[in-house]
Amino acid sequence: MADFVTGLPIALSQAAAAPGGVPVLTGIDLVLAAGGRTVLLGPNGAGKSTLLRVLHGLIPPSAGSITWGDATTRPPGQAMVFQRPVMLRRSAGDNVRYALDLAGVHGAEADARIAEALDEVGLRTLAARPARVLSGGEQQKLAFARVWALRPEILFLDEPTASLDPAAARSVEKIIADIHRRGTTIVMTTHNLVQAKRLADDVLFLHGGRITERTPAREFFMTPRSPEAVAFLEGERL
Amino acid sequence: MVALRTVMNTLSESLALAAGLVTHFDTHLVEIVMLSLRVSLTATLLAACLGMPLGAAIAVGRFPARPALVVVLNAMMGLPPVVVGLVVYLLLSRAGPLGALGLLFTPGAMVFAQTILITPIIAALTSQIVADAWTEYREQLTSLGAGTYRAAMTLLWDTRYSLATVLLAGFGRAIAEVGAVMIVGGNINGVTRVMTTTIALETSKGDLPLALALGLVLIAIVVLLNALAQVTRGWAKVRFG
Repeated sequence: MADFVTGLPIALSQAAAAPGGVPVLTGIDLVLAAGGRTVLLGPNGAGKSTLLRVLHGLIPPSAGSITWGDATTRPPGQAMVFQRPVMLRRSAGDNVRYALDLAGVHGAEADARIAEALDEVGLRTLAARPARVLSGGEQQKLAFARVWALRPEILFLDEPTASLDPAAARSVEKIIADIHRRGTTIVMTTHNLVQAKRLADDVLFLHGGRITERTPAREFFMTPRSPEAVAFLEGERL
Repeated sequence: MVALRTVMNTLSESLALAAGLVTHFDTHLVEIVMLSLRVSLTATLLAACLGMPLGAAIAVGRFPARPALVVVLNAMMGLPPVVVGLVVYLLLSRAGPLGALGLLFTPGAMVFAQTILITPIIAALTSQIVADAWTEYREQLTSLGAGTYRAAMTLLWDTRYSLATVLLAGFGRAIAEVGAVMIVGGNINGVTRVMTTTIALETSKGDLPLALALGLVLIAIVVLLNALAQVTRGWAKVRFG
């Protein structure tokens, strides 16, 4: 169960983003409520990763506004897993401990959460191993252990299985499903349409820095409404 | 031809005498080496305490004075030792603002001068290493909720094996320096005479064996520390990735 219940819904109003001065998103109106699994789809350069970072508070909107619940600054209770996880030069267990320490969880409570999280992702026996010498798949699982231990209200995932082999990717998908089952709202990007079908409740389709479609996943894959989504699903160049 | 043979004989005799001084742990030689190490290690430690946090703050922080600070720091990396010596001399001289400390012509003054000399080097190199790490870690640490101070401390710890090389560079600069310590230490026998000032003095007197022996020790120290840093970094790379 998530520890925090303060940062939802996330609401964007006419938001734009221009990281590094380059306009990527324009006129985004969006409300993300608690509980669902939303997958952001779209071609390369559509702005999926940028939107994820705006929602997580890593990139401030260059225009418009964003609110997390009643707050205008990012509240605690959020976490993000990146395509390439960044691990600190310390043991796997201590990487999880570092995240907990920043979240204000210490002592016996932290120990219990670390053990539980490493168990959940199947890395318990590697707790003392330096995180940076783990394989790519193990490091990604460790990134999820960090998230599991934090018990976030909402979790952002930026192509979390893009650099993994199929077996590791399925294993990570199972972890994502477990995290969602525990009450965490999931927002993720992926280029893997099969994965999107498996994981999504909702699909948000982006094209050219705008949301062109937001529909339940089943409906999106059966009868996409926007011409861009149709072309995307048919594998045509947009 | 005769002159060349005489020079070669003098050199080989001096080298033999120098080797004897080193292998027999000559008391005078050991005293000078130990003082050099004490002064330069202390200066390196102090410069690390000042320079590393400063370098990390410059790498991670975004504050109005940052660009100016970077320019000043980079400029100070090339500080001429004799100018530093002169400034420290003026500060510590009896009429100077720090004259009451009574540090002039003591090892403390030499530590002071060397600290000023190498702090910019340590800060600038630290800033470079931490900035590279910050590029890699920024999103992850920000996502986890690390503020600027916590992020800077985390990066300093995570780059500690690379920073060992920075310390080495600082120490190398300190122990090989002669101008500043000569001015503020006075090269007083048994009190402030270190390896470099002794080499300069003994060479000018024509007493080559002691100068050569100290030169050999100085080179050995630098080679040993470089080897140590390389082994440490290699070990850390394998151990921690």
